[in-house]
Amino acid sequence: MAEQIKNFLYLNRRAPYGTIYAWESLEVVLIGAAFDQKVSLAFLDDGVFQIVKGQDTKGVEMKNFSPTYSALGDYDVNQLYVERESLEERGLSIDDLMHLTWEDEDEDWAEKDSIRVVSRAELARIIEQQDVVFSF
Amino acid sequence: MAIEIEGKTLETDEEGYLVNLKDWVPAVADAMAKEDDLELTDEHWDIINFLREYYDEYQIAPAVRVLTKAVGKKMGKEKGNSKYLYALFPYGPGKQACRFAGLPKPTGCI
Repeated sequence: MAEQIKNFLYLNRRAPYGTIYAWESLEVVLIGAAFDQKVSLAFLDDGVFQIVKGQDTKGVEMKNFSPTYSALGDYDVNQLYVERESLEERGLSIDDLMHLTWEDEDEDWAEKDSIRVVSRAELARIIEQQDVVFSF
Repeated sequence: MAIEIEGKTLETDEEGYLVNLKDWVPAVADAMAKEDDLELTDEHWDIINFLREYYDEYQIAPAVRVLTKAVGKKMGKEKGNSKYLYALFPYGPGKQACRFAGLPKPTGCI
């Protein structure tokens, strides 16, 4: 069977805790990353809260899985789009987000930013270019 | 399932992974290795300790290719390759070493 590389986009639209969606999405991304496809993630609506820094889950008695987003770079997932309007509507900016990076093995492990803030219109175009879109 | 360590019975899942991460002591790795007919050397411990640090930082056990790359970066290319890691952990550096380290089965290992 001929292997064809496809563009996969995972849309993350919900707050990290309270439902299982955010964690499930992250697990699917990490498992799917083993298949050598081109994977990118988008954070929009309440999904932007998933990558806010300084998360503390003691009060809700759930595992704080936010450190796992920092492992995405190791799994070669280094295209993380964040919708600007979703941030602004929630009084957030890129400074409120974790600094997620990846290391380019071909450039002596140079550290590069994974997050790109894009407008709603840009995100629509990005979604259009995908072969497969998963919404969580 | 369960494993006997220093007079205590520790619960394991059907594949032999510790159920409670906090149960882990170095003797767990030695006992599990013995069951697999392995004697742990410093080289094994480098990888086991590395996995535990990785879990501490990222809250997941890395997939084998991620482990290989990360070991290569930290300990050099001569250790960051499948041949070296499989020689140490013949049942798979991801699965076997994570089990010895008291971690769950790696995320993204198929």
